[in-house]
Parts: sequence; C-alpha cells; structure tokens
Amino acid sequence: MSTTATSPVKPQPEESHTPAQSAKPVTWKLPVTLAVLAVVAFIFFGLLGPQGTAKFGVSSGGDFFQLPAIEVPAFLSGMVLSVILLGLAGYALVLKANRNQRPPRWLPVVFTVVFVVAFLIWVVGGARTPSISLAGLIAGSVTLAVPIVFGSLSGVLCERAGVVNIAIEGQLLGGAFTAALVASLTHNPYAGLLAAAVAGALVSMVLALFSIKYVVNQIIVGVVLNVLVSGLTGFLFSTVMQSDPEKYNSPGRLPIIDIPVLSSIPVIGPILFKQSVVGYLMYVAVIVIWIALFKTKWGLRVRAVGEHPQAADTLGIKVNATRFWNVTLGGAVAGIGGSFFTLVAIDSFTKEISGGRGFIALAAMILGRWNPIGAFFAALLFGFADNLQSIVTIIGTPVPSQFMAMLPYLVTVFAVAGLVGRSRPPAADGIPYVKG
Amino acid sequence: MVRVLKLELKGITKRFGSLVANDHIDVVVEPGQIHCLLGENGAGKSTLMNVLYGLYEPTEGEILIDDKPVTFRGPGDAMAAGIGMVHQHFMLVPVFTVAENVALGAETTKTGGFLDLDDTRRKIREISDRYGFDVDPDALIEDLPVGVQQRVEIIKALVRDAKVLILDEPTAVLTPQDTDELLDIMRQLKSHGTSIVFISHKLREVKAVSDTITVIRRGKVVGTADPDASTTELASMMVGRAVSLTLDKAPAKPQETTFEVKDLTVIAPSGQHVVDGISFGIARGEILAIAGVQGNGQTELTEAVLGLHSRVHGSIVLDGEELVGRSVKEVLNAGVGFVPEDRSLDGLIGTFSIAENLILDRYDQAPFAKGISMSPAKVLENAKTRIEEFDVRTPSGSLAAGTLSGGNQQKVVMARELSRPLRLFIASQPTRGVDVGSIEFLHKRIVAERDNGTPVMIVSTELDEVIELADRIAVLYKGKLVGIVPAGTGRDVLGLMMAGVSAEEALTDAAGKHPAPAPAPESAENPADTPATYPAPAAPSVQEPSSGAVGDHHD
Repeated sequence: MSTTATSPVKPQPEESHTPAQSAKPVTWKLPVTLAVLAVVAFIFFGLLGPQGTAKFGVSSGGDFFQLPAIEVPAFLSGMVLSVILLGLAGYALVLKANRNQRPPRWLPVVFTVVFVVAFLIWVVGGARTPSISLAGLIAGSVTLAVPIVFGSLSGVLCERAGVVNIAIEGQLLGGAFTAALVASLTHNPYAGLLAAAVAGALVSMVLALFSIKYVVNQIIVGVVLNVLVSGLTGFLFSTVMQSDPEKYNSPGRLPIIDIPVLSSIPVIGPILFKQSVVGYLMYVAVIVIWIALFKTKWGLRVRAVGEHPQAADTLGIKVNATRFWNVTLGGAVAGIGGSFFTLVAIDSFTKEISGGRGFIALAAMILGRWNPIGAFFAALLFGFADNLQSIVTIIGTPVPSQFMAMLPYLVTVFAVAGLVGRSRPPAADGIPYVKG
Repeated sequence: MVRVLKLELKGITKRFGSLVANDHIDVVVEPGQIHCLLGENGAGKSTLMNVLYGLYEPTEGEILIDDKPVTFRGPGDAMAAGIGMVHQHFMLVPVFTVAENVALGAETTKTGGFLDLDDTRRKIREISDRYGFDVDPDALIEDLPVGVQQRVEIIKALVRDAKVLILDEPTAVLTPQDTDELLDIMRQLKSHGTSIVFISHKLREVKAVSDTITVIRRGKVVGTADPDASTTELASMMVGRAVSLTLDKAPAKPQETTFEVKDLTVIAPSGQHVVDGISFGIARGEILAIAGVQGNGQTELTEAVLGLHSRVHGSIVLDGEELVGRSVKEVLNAGVGFVPEDRSLDGLIGTFSIAENLILDRYDQAPFAKGISMSPAKVLENAKTRIEEFDVRTPSGSLAAGTLSGGNQQKVVMARELSRPLRLFIASQPTRGVDVGSIEFLHKRIVAERDNGTPVMIVSTELDEVIELADRIAVLYKGKLVGIVPAGTGRDVLGLMMAGVSAEEALTDAAGKHPAPAPAPESAENPADTPATYPAPAAPSVQEPSSGAVGDHHD
C-alpha cells in the first residue's frame, strides 16, 4: 500500500484494516467479447470477404502536396487483419485463463482500430464503386461530431458537479433555434452564436432551478425540458418562422476560416485549420474545460462537489451555488453546439433539427468517462459511424442502407454497455444535496 | 509558540421544529486541553459540535473565542477562527489523492487559479513527519485503511491552522490498536498546543485521555466529571440513573451442534469474495459472537444464512437441512430469527404501525390471516402482548414504527423475531445506537433465548458487546475466519485478531508484551463467571497506551 513512505518494513496491523474492497476482479467479459468479434470478423471480412480491391483516397484537391491513394486487395487484407484480431482475442483469453490477468490497456484500442480498418476494407471492397476518400471520411466525421462534442462537454460540466443532464438535446435544440432566429433578425451570425449560448444557458437554468432548489428528480426535469423545448421551438417554427422565412429563418452561415498553408496539410489540415468559428471553439472548449477541471482550484472544487458534496460543504464550498453555475455554463456550451446546426451545417432551422444528438452526446460523455478529452474522442467515434453510414450508402454497399443507418446507434449501445470497461460516474451524480 | 485559544459555548440551544436537540448548553474548552463530551447516542453531542463548526445555526446562545463573541455562517468561518473538525463519517473524497483532499477549500494556487499541489504536499509531509503519521500525499483515499484516512482528516484540520480540533466519535470505525494510536496522537497534539474536543460514549477511551469531561444527556449538560471517576459513576451520569453494568449471565450449557457452516463463500456483484471459505458451528444453548471491524464480511455472512445472496458456495446446515439455495421465506420458516444490522433500512417499515411491523414475517399465517383476508384485531392483540413483554415505550401499537426512538424500534424488531419458536437466532449489531437502558434489556433477552436452547449468532463491531455476550468469539478479517477463541480472551488479543493476526500469534504477541497475560483460551475456568461490564473492564495494560502491544506498532 502506498502509505509506506518512510518505513520500509511495516508491522502487519498497520495496513490491515482495509475492508475487503480493494482488488477489482478480472472478468471474462472483455476477452469473450473480443473473441466473438474476432470470429465475426474472420467469417465476414476474411472468409466471405470481397475479391476486389478497395481504394482509399488520402489527399484532396487543394492539398499542397499530394499523397497517392492507398489500394489494398480486399480479400487478402481482410484475411490478414481478421487473423490479427483472432490473435489479439486469443492473447486476452490466454491471459485470463492462465494468469487471471486483464489484457493490457492498449489491447482493446488496437483491436478496435484493426477491426474498423478491416470493416472499412470489407465495405469499400464490396461496394459498386470501391473507392472512398479517407480525408473526406475523417473531415466529415469531425463535422458531424461538432454538436455531439459540445453536448457531451455540457454533460461533463453538469455531471462532474453532480447534476444529471438529460436535457442536452433540449439545450442543443434551443441553441439551434435561437441562433437561427437572432441571426436572421440581426443579419449577424455572430449575434446568433451568442444568443444560442444564452438560450442554452436559460434552458439549463430551468434544469438547475428545479433540480437543485426544488429537488425535483433530475431525470424527470431533463426529459420534460426536452419535450418542452421541442414543442416550443416547433410551435414557434410553424407560427413565426414559416410566416416569413425570409425575415425569421435565414440566418446566413458563419464563414469558414481557412488558415493558409496549415489547412493544406493532407487529412489533418482541413479538420484542424479549415473550420468555422464553432469548429475552432470546439477544440478550444475541449482543452480549456479539461485544464479547468483537472488543473485548477475551480475544477478541484467542482469535482469535489460532484463526488462528495458533504465533504465540500464542510470545507466551506457552496455546493448548490457551484452546481447551479456549472449547469448554467454547461447549457451555454451546449447552446453553442446547437448553433452549429443552423449557422454552419445548414442555414435554416427545421423542426427537431438536433435529431437526437443530445442523447448520443450523453452516451459520448459516458464512453469518455466524464472526461472532456475522452468525450471528444467518443463523440468523434459517433461522428465517424454517422458519416461512414452516409458515405457507404452513397458508394453502394452490399449491406442494406437501413442497417448502415443503425450503425451509430449500435455503436452507442455497445460502447455504453461497457465494451471499453466499466466507467465510474461521479459518486454524487444525480443526488440532490440538501443540508441537514 | 503556537497561539492558543479559549473556546466557550454559552447557553447554546438548537431546536429542530419541536425537538430540542441542545438545551442551554454551556461548555468551556480551556487552551491545550482534551475536553470530552460524554453522552449516549442521540444526546445531542454531534448537534452541538455542528453548531460550533458552523454547519447549524444555533437557535439561541453564543460562541465565544478568547472571550469575544463570534458568529459562524458556515464551516468556512469556523475554520478561519481556528476550529477544525474530524467527522464521524469522514469527509474525504475517495477518488481524490491525499493532497487534493487536504488542499480542497484552502487551495494554494499559482497565477490563473492553477493548483499548486506541491505546496500542499510539502505541508502534508511536514505535519506527517512531526506527528509520525506516515501518510503519502499522492495516495488515493479509497486505497487507504480507515486509520490512515482519519489521519488525513487530522492533517486537513492542521493545515488550516486549527487550534481547536473536534473529534466526533473518532474511534467508532477503528480497531482497538488504531484506537490506542489515535489516543496517542491526541496526546501529541495536545503537547503541541492544540485543544481537542473529544466526543465519545466509550468510557474506557474517555477516561484514558481526557482532562475534563462534560456529560450531556437529552440535550442538556448534566455535569462535569473528573477522568478519575469510576466507570459506574460516569455511566450513571450519562444514563441518568444507576445502571447495572454487569450482565448476570449463567455459564453456557452447550448441547449438540445443530447449526453448521462449511466452506461458505459469498461472492459480491463485483466478483469479490466477501466471505471466503468460512467454517464454524454453533451448539444449542451457546452464543457465538462474530467480531471484526465493520466491512469484513460479517453482514454478508448473516445475509447469506438468510438467503439474501445469490452467489453463495459451500453449505449452511440447520438441523440437518441445507439452507443454501433456499428462499428467504423458506429459511424463515425453517426457524431462523434474524435481526438485521440496520433496523430502519431492513428491520422495520417506518410508515407501518408497530402492530404491523410485529407480524411482518407472519402476515400470511394463522392466526393473523385466513385465506386472503387478514384479521386486524388479532394483529393488534398480538402487538399488545409483545409491547408489554418487551417493554416498548409507546402509547399504542397502532402508531407508526418510525416514530419510536432507536431503542424502542430495536425492541420491536427483536420482539418480532423472538416471538416464534426458533431453531437459530441471528442478531446483527443488536444494540447499535440504542440507549444503555435498552441495551441491558436486549442483552438479557438474547441470553434468555440462548438459555432456551437456541443456537445464537451475534455480529457486533463493538468489542465491548462481543466480550459481554459471547460464549465463543469468532473473528472475521477480509472475509476470512481468523480464528475462534473462547470468551474471556483478552481485549488486546481480539484487537490483534481483528487486524488479521492469527489467534496463536496474537496470543503469544500479547503474552510476550504483557507480564500478566490474558487468560489462556480453552483453559479459562469459567469465562462467564468473570462479570462482563459495560464497557467491559479493560485489561489494565491497555490503559497505558505507550506500552505494550499497541505502542510498538508506531512507525
């Protein structure tokens, strides 16, 4: 135990009173899941793999140096990759069976990457036009991930402070609507952006007020808010916006800011240096929120409030005020994410434009283990699944498009079900703090 | 030297609605003193300290520091005034490191609000070295033993320059060894000029360490006592009447062993073996007490017998019948009486009447039920007899059970479980949070059940209670059975066993360090003859904390 700072030999009774709670058991779950996936991969991507070649374009037209497209024989690489998967799964099984050890941390990550690559080759190799642009696939993933990232950051901010935020969907939708309306009225998309943040914050304040002050069940308030915002925006859309779309629903787009030279780097150039303000804000938000949560006094206090509010209270930290402002801030962040729908993706509002991404964001937050950076990558994964689905439908796959459309949601279910290991929410998440 | 501080509570009254938790309490804590607040559970000690610490606002009265009145709007104010508190349930964030917990609320920061944990680490090492705490600033709290967590709490207070340290029932969660170390730490703190308010109801500890004792009963100060006062004297002050501290317990007359547990393993949902290969038997007419620090598998052991756990391996045999795999109902019908450790959670339904609570396990049997209909008259009638028999203090059996005091609630649970013919009686923490008067009564009932010829299993984390009741003592540690020793085994031996030291080692260890060892196990003439007391008569050696087994475990 780590208390032995000064004395190397410790009498037994010293370290002996830990209740029998420490060692986490090694389960069969992960090795077995990997094995099943590997077998599936071997049968479909390997044995039943397509015979053609799959072509992946790497560079896009504007890049300042061109990389050749990657062409791979689909059947052979499917075989090789699925055998690698079998090997990895076998290694995990052997570790568990012989030494009762959990697989090393890199293993599930490598497995996932290899699996995704094998899947891509299989899908593209079997398509009518066996060629896709890798750069386009990734850039599209990031684009689709933007609102999800903002939504999951909102979730992180709320839940780290101990308030469950089911209302992300409502915050996104509220942000999207307000952005469109205000930008249309002011003819300034930046004003729309700002208004979206305010709208998200207002939705959040309702959540905060009821769940913190009036101690209403947080899940119920969240669900009710989603329905409320959906109804309200839907009503205003059909009564106000559609009465004069020119005046009320033509926000105009936020310009794409192209950073010269840097944006021409193949693959990563467009995703990092050719974004709208909202896109750049996303990167900034992820990093700033991560630093703030884990490196600053504010973050320490927020996390303490989410983990053990009573402890925080006894140290003079105002628990409910901290929660209130965190939830409000989270709403503002989600609101900005919502503006992406109406100011960047399309330049008008339609009913239910957020389309359930608030819930996917919730899943991304869990998959990312309540960590802004984790949530970012989880959101990217969902964006990737979403984008892959549409690209693959375009190039014509053997798989029915309805099944491909299920992909993002399947990924969500499996991811949240704990494929990547059991995640641990803040201890006081969802539990109101009432002073004794 | 350290600035010392005189603390005075003057006429503090705290009301919650119509309930008066504190009634004009006056306490003066002189600088550099260990001042004990002695009182039973629910006497109002913790409320008083929460007032002092700024968690509650007093209804009346004032707090004076160095004769100047102060008002605390929150714990922050109290800390700023030099008051620190170690709560009974630790206020530590389990997933934070020691340094993060210590820093929380009083963070040193670099520019821009960035945490400067190095500064905190330095302070922790400094205090840790000064008092020999041996705490690693970068350890996660959840990985630390309870005793070390408590030191982190003390460090937390000291880093904030606490001049007065409030310790609220600090020994409740500790092994006897840890307790003695804590008493030592308290003396050290005192010698460095920190005053301590020590809240406890354990007379042995109070007498060992206090300079002044203030006794609180039902929210009022009933007097001050000298630490040299006898335990009987202190106990009667605490309870308000002369209490008999000895339990007249006839020696056990064990008959045949009818209850046997073999290789019992209980696996928690986490996959952990919370009970790990335990075997023992209990004879009819015998009390086996299960001792151990909270959370070492006792709860799961009793629940496994009742059939509350699904992943149970091994066998539990009662009167030749296997209980493992049976439903709870079947186990109850096999004649098992069960008093759960948390009466308000598992023992009673607070909103149901006392009468209904008294038949919770027999609501569907005659005479209370016939087919699908129940007979409320019979239920009430039953309640009347039980209430009388168990001396439950209530005007009527139709009142909600939740309105009763802790002791009376426990009597209701006990009455229900003991009011049918039993083949095995299990009681978990039978007297936790119960007033001394009721303890006496409940203990007598348990012994009476034993004398009826029922095998009895008692689980208690209070060593005093174990020593008091047991005919044999089984000690659990991390789900394993450390050993079974006869009644009359010394407190220090039991203490070592509770920390995982085997019975033989514990015996030699204790014998080697004490000239007059505890009675040897099986040879003890008639353990039950030695009158057990409340709190049990501590072996004198334990009262000298710096000598003997315990002192040697300091680093």
